[in-house]
Amino acid sequence: MSFELGMMAAAGETGGSFWMPPEISTSAAGVDWIFYFIFWISLFFFLLIVGLMTYFVVRYRRPKGVEAEGAPSHNMVLEVTWSVIPLILVIVIFYLGFKGFMDLFTSPQNAYEVLVTGQKWKWLFQYPNGYVDENLHVPVDVPVRLVMSSEDVIHSLYIPAFRVKRDVVPGRYTKAWFQATQAGDYQIFCAEYCGKSHSDMLAKVVVEKPGDFEKWLEKASNFLDTMPPAEAGARLYKTRGCAQCHSIDGTSGIGPTFKGVFGETVVMVGGAKVAVDENYLRESINEPQVRVVAGYQPVMPTFKGRLKDKEITAIIEYIKSLER
Amino acid sequence: MSTHEHPDYLGHHFETPQQQYDSSKLGMWLFLATEILLFAGLFCAYSVYRSNHPEIFVYAHQYLDKTLGGINTLVLICSSLTMAWAVRSAQTNQRRGLILLLSMTLLFGCCFLGIKYVEYEQKWKHGLLWGKRFHPHTEETRSHEKTAPSAVPPAIASQPAPVAPPPPTGEDRSLIEAAPRGPAGLAAGAIEERKPGHEGSRPSNVQIFFGIYFLMTGLHGLHVIGGMSVIGWLLVRSVKGHFTSEYFTPVDLGGLYWHLVDLIWIYLFPLLYLIG
Amino acid sequence: MASGDMAASGAGVEDNYLTHSHGFKSWFFTLDHKRIGLMYLVSILTAFFLGGVFALLVRTELLTPGKTIMDAETYNRMFTLHGAAMIFLFIIPGIPAALGNFVLPIMLGAKDVAFPRLNLFSYHLYVAGAIFALASIAMGGVDTGWTFYTPYSTTTNSHVIAMTLGAFILGFSSIFTGLNFIVTIHKLRPAGMTWFKMPLFLWALYGTAIIQVLATPVLGITLLLLIVERALGVGIFDPALGGDPVLYQHFFWFYSHPAVYIMILPGMGIISELVSVFSRKHIFGYKFIAYSSIAIAVLGFLVWGHHMFTSGQSAMMNMIFSALTFSVAIPSAIKVFNWLATMYKGAIHLDTPMLYALSFIFLFGIGGLTGLFLGALAVDVHLHDTYFIVAHFHYTMMGGTVIAFLGGLHYWWPKMFGRMYNETLGRIACLIIFVGFNTTFFTQFIMGSHGMPRRYYNYVPQFTPYHRLSTWGSYLMAVGFFLMAGYLLHSLFRGRKAPVNPWGSATLEWQTSSPPPHDNFPEAPAVGDPYDFSNLEYDPSLPGYRRRGGPKA
Repeated sequence: MSFELGMMAAAGETGGSFWMPPEISTSAAGVDWIFYFIFWISLFFFLLIVGLMTYFVVRYRRPKGVEAEGAPSHNMVLEVTWSVIPLILVIVIFYLGFKGFMDLFTSPQNAYEVLVTGQKWKWLFQYPNGYVDENLHVPVDVPVRLVMSSEDVIHSLYIPAFRVKRDVVPGRYTKAWFQATQAGDYQIFCAEYCGKSHSDMLAKVVVEKPGDFEKWLEKASNFLDTMPPAEAGARLYKTRGCAQCHSIDGTSGIGPTFKGVFGETVVMVGGAKVAVDENYLRESINEPQVRVVAGYQPVMPTFKGRLKDKEITAIIEYIKSLER
Repeated sequence: MSTHEHPDYLGHHFETPQQQYDSSKLGMWLFLATEILLFAGLFCAYSVYRSNHPEIFVYAHQYLDKTLGGINTLVLICSSLTMAWAVRSAQTNQRRGLILLLSMTLLFGCCFLGIKYVEYEQKWKHGLLWGKRFHPHTEETRSHEKTAPSAVPPAIASQPAPVAPPPPTGEDRSLIEAAPRGPAGLAAGAIEERKPGHEGSRPSNVQIFFGIYFLMTGLHGLHVIGGMSVIGWLLVRSVKGHFTSEYFTPVDLGGLYWHLVDLIWIYLFPLLYLIG
Repeated sequence: MASGDMAASGAGVEDNYLTHSHGFKSWFFTLDHKRIGLMYLVSILTAFFLGGVFALLVRTELLTPGKTIMDAETYNRMFTLHGAAMIFLFIIPGIPAALGNFVLPIMLGAKDVAFPRLNLFSYHLYVAGAIFALASIAMGGVDTGWTFYTPYSTTTNSHVIAMTLGAFILGFSSIFTGLNFIVTIHKLRPAGMTWFKMPLFLWALYGTAIIQVLATPVLGITLLLLIVERALGVGIFDPALGGDPVLYQHFFWFYSHPAVYIMILPGMGIISELVSVFSRKHIFGYKFIAYSSIAIAVLGFLVWGHHMFTSGQSAMMNMIFSALTFSVAIPSAIKVFNWLATMYKGAIHLDTPMLYALSFIFLFGIGGLTGLFLGALAVDVHLHDTYFIVAHFHYTMMGGTVIAFLGGLHYWWPKMFGRMYNETLGRIACLIIFVGFNTTFFTQFIMGSHGMPRRYYNYVPQFTPYHRLSTWGSYLMAVGFFLMAGYLLHSLFRGRKAPVNPWGSATLEWQTSSPPPHDNFPEAPAVGDPYDFSNLEYDPSLPGYRRRGGPKA
């Protein structure tokens, strides 16, 4: 068991304390201060209770047959005292907790806004220029506000290093904010149970050094120009909603799988046979209701005007790369 | 209140009939409290949605039939009267009166359910149902329906597959440009924009009202049926002559239950039918 | 050798409630509260075993990150079933329906509960609810977590309806038990048994019963709404139909937070009995403890919103719920200090029940104090839905309620079955459970505050050592429980015959024989102060206590 305890100490993240992970946001220190304030009060009372209990057990342990020497069974002063002292302490704790919460709750006016979508089982972060990424990149020392919504069930965005957590609820928007204080990669969890891959609904916050964030965003936003088309297509597949209905592992979802579909001849609703080539794929993206594969509902929305030609090309290249 | 004799109806663990009567009465009141709390959940849901979307309630309540609802209210008030009278008859040993009054109460109960059935059937015919069954085609909405054959998009919840459903027609919600307009209160309004805009005066999410209407009146209807079964059982026992002025506890308790069922309707009627 | 009312249990063939009549029907359709209590006991212990097996499977899976023994979908079902079985089938009916049913009328000096038929009906409802829950497990289980949060619970394809229907029925079983207890305490107290002559366990059961009666119907309607939502698509909780998924959470916790006090209050009641009896001293601050039970019952209704601090409810609501939450700390603190004051200058005997009482004070102390962290809004945001919560509620539910239940079980065991268990093994098992429990759950506090979210199948490698230690602790606990099962079963057949009053308690159930006769008391018991031990003296020949000046064995 001492081996385990030793490993535990070694496993702690760098910079954290025994109880808390490292403090990487402006709010973290305040939260931790309250945590430790309560901790020391609790430890005091715990030691008092267990100490008295142990002392009484040792001091007053008697063999069977010996009766108690007797002491009063009621003392108003004492009882009121131990009602009032905890009362005062919890009022103090309540006040500190509430004040700290208002700091976490109220985001500054000038915060940089990122739109967050939770869905089974990944996070999507959309930046003001429309670019969508699977990880959250933020500039250091700048307040960032997250405006969050869910596509399906309730999720909860949790960044332990920032002491930030907020439920992400379908049909409404919730907000969270933070200001990172130190560059580096930090873990994002989903904290509200959301099904099979709940524990894999992870992402990273990448806190960029001053100036690096803008460079990253520009480069990332231009991924169509800098990446091979198939790779760019893979990214679009994940971030533009294709993945919700079209699998890439051969299983059929709400729409047919992308795996190995290119070059095949497929039967349409109505019986016509169509060879899946670039032009058919392009048509299916722009006018999905025209020719629907047999066995599927015509439920796909059009992406005409929502995907640029270059993006459509990249997606087609990606589908071509998914061999059987 | 003699402690020496131990009549048949007195449980072995009670000392006196009075103690047994008091216990039963207290138990019944507690049970009524649980019934009220059962309905309280629905009343809470009603208040939350009404305060968040008053327009839905004002619009949708017009489709309820005030006349039938009013008649039903009268029917239940009458049944409460006959029930109270029945209890009195039991207390005064009037067996024939008891049988007659219980039968009348039962009749009023049937009458209530009959009228309720007529109302439900109308709603069914016009597609004014709950949640995903809401497909209105009354005179007023029919003209809109012609232009919008699929006015109500398929519900997310209706998809059994674990795979996330397709984005609803018209808008891709992953492009959440509308973010700053997000609602602050308890209820969600974000899906409102998914509704086609040409529905004129009909507010969106009218199905919420009908969902609550059917839940509240449905649960109440079940309680009416429960109350009627109890009265039926009391009727059988009074025909057999089980009740005397010494022992009429079941009639008394059954009466209490029936009054509660009436009382709940007295609240439901104005809350659902008479929205100003 | 045996003569007189105090040593009737020494006789050869005796008429007691166990031997009064025979056959399956004489049990399954009995109106005797003692037999109903015993059937509850067997049922809840079965549920506890089942829930324990699920727990061990969950802990084993978490031994390593990724797959250890099962896939993610099975794991999700396992933790759901662990929670549902433990909460709905074990802890909620645990103390009130099993121990309470047996003890309450005897402690009160009554012949039975007010409505014996309703009592039996409530047991049959329990069985019916359990069958639905088992059916849902047999069909493949539920993967929603025991909280059934919408919209996940309305969209998942696991067997939610059967499980919620089971919980719905179990709720009514709980309501009828509570109703019965309230009426019994109000109307069936014999002459002399005034409110303030009642043992504190009865005060606790009374507070519990109030919550059962007033909170459970709301769970009923919530689960009913969930069922019609799934079956018919009513849309009350479905955002796609204009409904509000967070409303479900309000409804659910309006019941389930008070339910936490349904679990802990009777536990506190047991501890009040044990501490006084085994310190041989009048309970300190009787009225404060009695009123604090009622205060907890009332305040428990007003704090449900603290489960939703991160759900996006308004800051105002968070503030109110946080403040109310802290107010519950006061009555709990009062009880703990009163127990300590009772021990002061007592004559402490460390029998097995007392060891459980001491464990309770230790573990519930940690459970209660860690509640302060969670009540503080700013800190709760960080700790919510992490292992810190898991550890906190296991310290209160298991370290509190289950330990108190075990204490009570060991305390009343001789009364229930007329046999003594092996005292040495009892103490060893208690110690093993205590160590195993702390190993399992204290580590969870640390990983929780470092950010390990709950209900995770997979985890980042940083948390591996904590999870391994926790799993080892759970195995140790299992050893303790198997040892306990062993010596308790053994005592039924080979145990020494129990005297009327082995612990020297002054409450009424210890005035009748062990086990009690069918009608509880051969003649009306003498009601006195339930914590006045001066009339009892120890007789090593029993070994046990008898009335001072009473007939010798």
